[in-house]
Amino acid sequence: MKMRNHLIPILFILLSGCEDLQLNNPYADDEGKQSVLYQSFSERPKHLDPAIAYSENEYAFIAQIYEPLFQYHYLKRPYQLTPLTATKMPDIIYLNKEGKVLGENASEQEIVYTDYVLNIQSNIQFQPHPALAKNELGEYIYHKLSVEQIQAYKTLSDFKEVGTRELTAEDYVQQIKRLAHPKLQSPIAEIMKNYIVGFDDFSKQVASKKKTDIKNLSLSGLEIINPYQYRIRIKGKYPQFLFWLSMPFFAPMPWEADVFYDQPGLADKNITLDWYPIGTGAYFLAENNPNRRMILEKNPNFHLETYPSQGERDDQQLGLLKDAGKKLPFIDKVVFMLEKETIPYWNKFLQGYYDASGIASDSFDQAIQFTGSGGVALTESMKHKGIQLQTLVETSDFYMGFNMLDATVGGYAERARKLRQAISIAVDYDEFISIFRNGRGVVAQGVIPPGIFGFAEGREGINSYAFNWKDNKAQRKRITEAQQLLAEAGYPNGIDPKTKEALILNFDTASVSADDRPMMNWYRKQFEKIGIKLVIRATDYNRFQEKMRSGNEQIFVWGWNADYPDPENFFFLLYGPNSKVKFGGENAVNYQSSEFDRLFEKMRNMDNTPERYQIIQQIQEVVRHDSPWIFGFHPKSFSLYHSWYSNLKPNLMANNRLKYTRLDIESRAEKRKLWNHAVLWPIFIGVIILLSAMIKLIFSCYRKREIR
Amino acid sequence: MEILWTDALIFLLLSSLFCLVIYMRKQDQMKRPIQKIVQSKVGVAALVILLFFIFIGLLDSIHFRPSNTKNTEIISALDYWASNLREHGEKTYSSPFSTHLYSKEIIVSPDGAVHWDYPRLDHGGRHINLPEHQLLLDILKKLAIGLLQGLVICSLLVVGFLIIRYKCTNKQTTLLSLSPGLKIALKVAVVVISVAYFLVYLSNYYHVFGTDKVGEDVFYQAIKSIRTGLVLGTLTTLIMLPLAIVFGILAGFFGGWVDDIIQYVYTTLNAIPSVLLIAASILMVQVYMAGHEQEFTSIIVRADTRLLFLCLILGVTNWTGLCRLLRAETLKLREMEYVQAAKALGVKKGMILFRHILPNVMHIVLISVVLDFSSLVLAEAVLSYINIGVDSTTYSWGNMINGARLEMAREPIVWWSLSAAFLFMFTLVLAANLFADTVQDAFDPRRNIE
Amino acid sequence: MIQYIIRRFLYAIPLLIGVNILTFVLFFVVNSPDDMARMQLGQKRVTEQAITNWKQQHGYNLPLLWNEKAESKDKITQTIFYQKSVGLFLFRFGVSDSGRNIGADIQERMWPSLVLALPTLIVGLVVDVSFALLMVLYRNSAVERAGIVSCVVLLSISSLFYIIGGQFIFAKLLKWVPISGYDDGFSALKFLILPILIGVFSGSGSGIRWYRTLFLEEVEKDYVRTARAKGLTETQALYRHVLPNALIPILTGVVVILPLLFMGSLIMESFFSIPGLGSYTLDAINSQDFAIVRSMVFLGSVLYVLGLLLTDISYTLVDPRVRLS
Repeated sequence: MKMRNHLIPILFILLSGCEDLQLNNPYADDEGKQSVLYQSFSERPKHLDPAIAYSENEYAFIAQIYEPLFQYHYLKRPYQLTPLTATKMPDIIYLNKEGKVLGENASEQEIVYTDYVLNIQSNIQFQPHPALAKNELGEYIYHKLSVEQIQAYKTLSDFKEVGTRELTAEDYVQQIKRLAHPKLQSPIAEIMKNYIVGFDDFSKQVASKKKTDIKNLSLSGLEIINPYQYRIRIKGKYPQFLFWLSMPFFAPMPWEADVFYDQPGLADKNITLDWYPIGTGAYFLAENNPNRRMILEKNPNFHLETYPSQGERDDQQLGLLKDAGKKLPFIDKVVFMLEKETIPYWNKFLQGYYDASGIASDSFDQAIQFTGSGGVALTESMKHKGIQLQTLVETSDFYMGFNMLDATVGGYAERARKLRQAISIAVDYDEFISIFRNGRGVVAQGVIPPGIFGFAEGREGINSYAFNWKDNKAQRKRITEAQQLLAEAGYPNGIDPKTKEALILNFDTASVSADDRPMMNWYRKQFEKIGIKLVIRATDYNRFQEKMRSGNEQIFVWGWNADYPDPENFFFLLYGPNSKVKFGGENAVNYQSSEFDRLFEKMRNMDNTPERYQIIQQIQEVVRHDSPWIFGFHPKSFSLYHSWYSNLKPNLMANNRLKYTRLDIESRAEKRKLWNHAVLWPIFIGVIILLSAMIKLIFSCYRKREIR
Repeated sequence: MEILWTDALIFLLLSSLFCLVIYMRKQDQMKRPIQKIVQSKVGVAALVILLFFIFIGLLDSIHFRPSNTKNTEIISALDYWASNLREHGEKTYSSPFSTHLYSKEIIVSPDGAVHWDYPRLDHGGRHINLPEHQLLLDILKKLAIGLLQGLVICSLLVVGFLIIRYKCTNKQTTLLSLSPGLKIALKVAVVVISVAYFLVYLSNYYHVFGTDKVGEDVFYQAIKSIRTGLVLGTLTTLIMLPLAIVFGILAGFFGGWVDDIIQYVYTTLNAIPSVLLIAASILMVQVYMAGHEQEFTSIIVRADTRLLFLCLILGVTNWTGLCRLLRAETLKLREMEYVQAAKALGVKKGMILFRHILPNVMHIVLISVVLDFSSLVLAEAVLSYINIGVDSTTYSWGNMINGARLEMAREPIVWWSLSAAFLFMFTLVLAANLFADTVQDAFDPRRNIE
Repeated sequence: MIQYIIRRFLYAIPLLIGVNILTFVLFFVVNSPDDMARMQLGQKRVTEQAITNWKQQHGYNLPLLWNEKAESKDKITQTIFYQKSVGLFLFRFGVSDSGRNIGADIQERMWPSLVLALPTLIVGLVVDVSFALLMVLYRNSAVERAGIVSCVVLLSISSLFYIIGGQFIFAKLLKWVPISGYDDGFSALKFLILPILIGVFSGSGSGIRWYRTLFLEEVEKDYVRTARAKGLTETQALYRHVLPNALIPILTGVVVILPLLFMGSLIMESFFSIPGLGSYTLDAINSQDFAIVRSMVFLGSVLYVLGLLLTDISYTLVDPRVRLS
């Protein structure tokens, strides 16, 4: 017993020696002096080919690698396009039927074609890549590999020789041709058919040809004027085309890439253009292991681009202009770790192993507190760690839709309209936001989210069918009014006159997991308020899609995230000719209103003028009156980042934000050390207790046995 | 009265169990093992706890439509009895015995002032005015009252039981002469009933296990989960038993091509990783339900169908083990002298199977049933974690644990959902395991030699 | 011997065909190729043309089981079933519905699975056997009673609790190990140590009990009594006679599951984000990537058959009395 009394202090002395130990560091590589940013991805990106990729998690990678002609200005608001690889914004020329140039103020009827003349900077180089590697004779080394040679390669990094070459207009044209190739299945091919001249014909022409053959075929709407200049001709007037041009779909693609990756046998090793991009951007993909991690490294050939020197008014004060004029990028390497669960991610963020994080609803209380006036602030423990907070209302809609083809909730009769309006009042999205999103959202009053042209603030912008303007804010109408509307619709107290029982409505959803149960209960409760019984029909995602396609759904929730900052990108979700059931479009509620369609057609191709603003308000009123949607909410994103991570400004449109950001790695190393002392004393105490107990037990038994 | 599919099967199971008990009472070879179980203290205690769980499960299996309320959803007898718990929801998390919510909110006081604080709960601890001073005292007081009442009720029950027994046995025994097994049983029953009583008593005033994210009472969830666990543990065996017994005995008895085919079937089934098989089947059920929506307008019916199919598919994947055991045992029995003799005497094969083979493999069946029970209850949690378990609207410990994973990352941590699920699940599984041990000891022929 | 092995292999073929038919029917009843296409193409701007293209690219544009339009034997071969099954039997798993080559992914992901599962098995075996021996050695004493009770307690707790609790205590509170992740080579150790320990711990309840019954059975046998009568102490009898004889069932029991270790553990891997085959399968289930699930089912059954074969062989190796015929 005496022995043990001495033992513990000794152990503690021993322990103090390992104070600096960070046993829980999840990264093995020594970063050295490099500035390495740690981020995560929760699902492996399905496509990294810019002609196919179309989702947020894919853009997180390829926007850093591929460079379209234009980008969104990092700091300026409202969102504004600036040249990226282009020398200037394009020259837009309107043409009539005969190809004659029209003035800038030509009316829409006159304009039959629009030409975009695009100029590219010279001296931009592609990243080092084996597809571009040449030998002394100027021949491509890896373009004609034999089957045996290919067997020897496992990943792209096994190709030792790399090369580069200058970016030309041809690379941009090549990519647009790729968009047209049916084998690539670009998600925007169908849309582009309607705009780019000759796109459809080209598509049919190459249908049976290989991907590598498109290089020498011409697409009539595209013309290479010189190596640094080309022209796209589109049908009619379509101001939104500029937004498309700034998306990775229109990034340059060297023809060598398709030739290289199309060699038979490479696809079996997952070496395809869909997994190993080749671009001109600030970063290139150095390691691609979507099962574990993806690593972006600084592109040694990156052309000169500097940090913007202009921004919004507050940017100077916030320190966002400190790096103005400096050469981009600042970070050497970005490591994306696969992190599926939110808990480990959040804990690692708190330990300093991730540099930035969103906030899951379950860790919300820990991070955020509301100040008396309804504002938000970080909690003490977060402030103590130096963590910073950014909030931003996203340009997204999360709405509850009524299937307008449904016999009960759909249709344009006054009865159905009143039913929908009654439900709009009953479903209290304020409560939804406070329960399920911890206040991270604003209740939507119409189709357009804040930040998009046409959004009306204050009294002017409220949905007068579900809200009243009172005390300087929108207040939801009382439930009695909803009951009144319901009675007028023919369901007094929610009783269906046909069955003499409560009206049964069906809610279709693809959320089947246990985590969603509270949410489904909540929806039920909302409908119960006005006596309607809501049946949750949860199926897997495929079934749900199937129902949506065939119009068998009744009520559902759906979301839309803006492709580009223009109201057209929201209202087209309700445009008749986009009806999901009839035309397979994005109008999921199958809304069809001639008044809406007329106004929409008028509005969509206008420039952002006060007149357009007025029309948008009219459209909003039409939609509010018909209520095919309960507008739901616009999510608000809260993001946290550590004190050593700077130059961050939320930007919903620009995906290539990484190149602007900066890390202070010394401060990070210090903080990590401070936060991650392993608590070792329980090991020793545990071992001692266990051992002594066991020895005692065994010893006593052994003695008993021996005596016997 | 509404009868769900699982309800019907439960009562079918119950009645067949009843018949089995009556049959076994007559069998001589069953007498000794049963006596052995009754003599085992642990076994009896576990059995009493199991019976208590089963009682709650049965209460929860009697469904009807309440006539008086506007809401026309089907509820069970347990729901009816626990309507207090069911309806007294809060807004969001609150800890056990708390009078305030677990997170701060903006509170507007009557005079219009706004402050940021923990709001009072709508129901939990509503009866006390100054929670800061009175809470502890009140809890202790309620605790004492609850315990006292529980004990009184228990002792009344025990005395009643003893008197009835005394009368029924025609006064052959004295009032207090009890066998040791019965003594233990009564002791455990007293403890279980009084604990249950005082939990229920307290839950009228407080949320004894706190509330979950949308303010639902966790105690209620944990109780409702009992039925799910029991249904999975018992109905699955009900489904696998006929398969295993028929195929196992046939394969062992006839041999030849019958044996070959049966072996082929179960090896094939065994070769497929069972999780994948379950996943595929559950997806199939979803497809079926999506295609026949009009038959599943009620949430409970939907959830029940899925539960039933889960039992079914678990039964299909699980019968192979028992089948193999029975086949081996039958092979052995086939060579026994009395079977050979019966054959020589020209007794029909069906008769031999029924008279000689079946009764002699029953102990294996019984042991494997009790052993499987606990592993099935545990399996439910894991399956729910991968989203191929019970429906997400069904109350189950697996769903509770699944939800609680995220709560563990909260700061301050929300521990009560996980703890409640742990406590209830652990008690049931532990009791089941202890009982299974006793049964195994009692029926294992090798251990009877001693 | 060799003849026997060949026969077992031949026997495996109808088995695998059965597995294949069963899974094919199950999965294609659930999902039509159209559904798969839609699932994989995402929900933004999907057209009928794109779906047709996708089906053609992934070889789903044929009839399921019977091709009416084709000539003679093509009626069977020009079907999804035939095309996909032949690929499986040749271990050419093809491309997953989301576009990656499955074979390459399996090759890459099977090692992390093995690195997690093999140590769990070995450490578990050592721990379980030694505790079981201890309990047998001190039978009818407080040690045994304590052991039995703790075993029952251990096995009455769901494995999910061990994982959640272990992660919470050791990674979050005490910061001994990273919460989750994986690395190549030796640096994987710090990621694996917690899942391995949890794996061992959660399996020990049933493991120890099982080995204890094995040893007890052996202890009761006559030859051990004789040995004891000869004057061997209890400890000597246990180590010289009981352990070697009990090793046979232990080892053969291990051999059965050895090939299946490649398949990994679904839950452990996804909780600790270890990029093995278990989490691969789980992801595939959740994203309904049936090409992967089918391949994994097939792989699992092949490994199972292999395990059975290995068991038979190992029986003959350790026990000369057993003859394969």
